[in-house]
Amino acid sequence: MNVLVAVKRVIDYNVKVRVKADQTGVETANVKMSMNPFDEIGVEEAIRLREAGKAEEIVAVSLGPQQCQETIRTALAMGADRGIHVKTDEELQPLAVAKLLKAVIEEERPGLVILGKQAIDDDSNQTGQMVAALLGWPQATFASKLDIGDESARITREVDGGLDTVDVRVPCVMTTDLRLNEPRYASLPNIMKAKKKPIAEKTPEEMGVDITPRLKTVQVIEPPGREAGIKVESVAELVDKLHKEAGVI
Amino acid sequence: MAVLVVAEHDNAELKEATFNTVTAATEIGGDVHILVAGTGCRSVADAAAGVAGVSKVLFADDAAYEHHLAEIMAPLLVSLTGNYDAILAPADTFGKDFMPRAAALLDVAQISDIQEVVSSDTFVRPVYAGNALATVRSEDATKFITVRTTAFAAAEASGGRAVVEEIAAAENPGISTYVGSDVSRNERPELTSARVIVSGGRGMQSGDNFYLIENVADKLGAAVGASRAAVDAGFVPNDYQVGQTGKIVAPELYVAVGISGAIQHLAGMKDSKVIVAINKDEEAPIFQVADFGLVADLFDVLPELEKELEKIGL
Ligand SMILES: Cc1cc2nc3c(=O)[nH]c(=O)nc-3n(C[C@H](O)[C@H](O)[C@H](O)COP(=O)(O)OP(=O)(O)OC[C@H]3O[C@@H](n4cnc5c(N)ncnc54)[C@H](O)[C@@H]3O)c2cc1C
Ligand SMILES: Nc1ncnc2c1ncn2[C@@H]1O[C@H](COP(=O)(O)O)[C@@H](O)[C@H]1O
Repeated sequence: MNVLVAVKRVIDYNVKVRVKADQTGVETANVKMSMNPFDEIGVEEAIRLREAGKAEEIVAVSLGPQQCQETIRTALAMGADRGIHVKTDEELQPLAVAKLLKAVIEEERPGLVILGKQAIDDDSNQTGQMVAALLGWPQATFASKLDIGDESARITREVDGGLDTVDVRVPCVMTTDLRLNEPRYASLPNIMKAKKKPIAEKTPEEMGVDITPRLKTVQVIEPPGREAGIKVESVAELVDKLHKEAGVI
Repeated sequence: MAVLVVAEHDNAELKEATFNTVTAATEIGGDVHILVAGTGCRSVADAAAGVAGVSKVLFADDAAYEHHLAEIMAPLLVSLTGNYDAILAPADTFGKDFMPRAAALLDVAQISDIQEVVSSDTFVRPVYAGNALATVRSEDATKFITVRTTAFAAAEASGGRAVVEEIAAAENPGISTYVGSDVSRNERPELTSARVIVSGGRGMQSGDNFYLIENVADKLGAAVGASRAAVDAGFVPNDYQVGQTGKIVAPELYVAVGISGAIQHLAGMKDSKVIVAINKDEEAPIFQVADFGLVADLFDVLPELEKELEKIGL
């Protein structure tokens, strides 16, 4: 089977994000961008499936501006076989991404589609579930273990109470949680090889998908800060403060 | 105008998150209804009927709903949508799973993880691990909303006198089945609703050392949490993780032990009322959000803390 992995270009998780002065969004000029960490886990899982003889071709898909091609190249350098870039400079919200991915998936017919559980920029945690819904496929969200066959997959999910295991019909959509695997770094030879791997380009217009944002962002502000408190010198002083001053114990 | 809250429960009891979600629903305005989908859970429906401010309970009793699989929950929500201006569920792994699926089936954009209701169509939600707050407006006829439960007080569990209306199960597409759970059971309060939390990080060095945290937690009647590093290293189970991609908590008192204070961890706990940090590195970023910081070795501090708590009668 083939595996399709969605890879989103986001502000690197180490960057201290700043809100724009005009309150329309966050500062992205001259900010380090990377692949969403959950998507790295998705690419890694796909490569491991191929290494285990369970997957053939791995296609990495990214949606957004021209620079998304860098994110796709990163996936190709890790080991994906080819890329698809759905190019647009418009704002893309999860429902629009899901519709575009659905169109790509119907063309590519993979047995498994992997997305991250959450993009660390919008923190929506929606897209994978929406893709599954639009396709009428099962979804296994927040996956920490995957065992896939031709007909069905057994997936362990990280949930609030611990771990849940589900069996889902294949083809299916899976979203990754942090402990599914630890992604590899691309080796230098693989980075070189990735430069020759193909990336197909599409646009939402060609695909006939309406991507008009549904949620209107009224404003984006910085959250109220917390004032740093005091340092205490001893455990006794700490307990005293918590007991008498803060009254929380 | 009416708003529907999807109750989170385990077929025996309503989960705390349901009560917070009811409060968010009340703020949106209109009649508040609760959907209880489950199996053999009449007692849960009755409990939901008693929640203050709720006027109707929709009760779908069917074996298919036992584990709230998204593929089975989504069609049920779709069948009810027409009657509601908004459908709400807690933004935890329960609500996050089926809500976007139902929304997409209806061509609706979900509003995730709201922490404030500005008006019936406008909400505030954190983005970028809480480093920015976005105010968003939705024009969808039925809004699908998941609620950051720590941002809303719990509705009163009693005082309501809602009618319970049994509703038919929706179609089960039969594409997924529940196999089993590995539930990490302990006698402690649940992290997301605990009044006090003591969390350990990589500084704990091993899972064996977590007894030091547990001893202090016992004295405080606290829940035990952890950083991602502690969970990844296998010190404690995954459901202990607090943070951007773990659980969001806001207790009265949060004690961070051997946790550096990465932005992703802060995202999950910085709304706690009082924060204590115990770390041997005085430069650790956790001190920037701590009300009380103690620069010391946790292996000295934790046993001493236990003794000091005893002294004040805990
Ligand atoms: C996509 C993504 C999502 C993430 N989500 C989360 C999340 O939800 N939650 C989360 O917590 N993290 C998350 N992280 C990880 C986060 O970036 C940090 O790596 C993590 O929080 C660090 O955990 P820590 O503070 O325990 O470890 P460290 O950063 O290694 O800090 C250990 C601390 O212990 C102190 N220490 C060591 N020994 C002692 C001692 N004897 N006495 C006292 N102090 C001591 C050290 O001074 C240090 O400050 C995420 C990361 C990514 C990329
Ligand atoms: N523009 C995009 N390009 C590629 N993948 C995306 C895009 N937006 C979302 N995704 C995928 O959807 C996942 C969840 O995103 P979200 O629902 O926005 O939190 C991400 O981890 C990606 O796998």
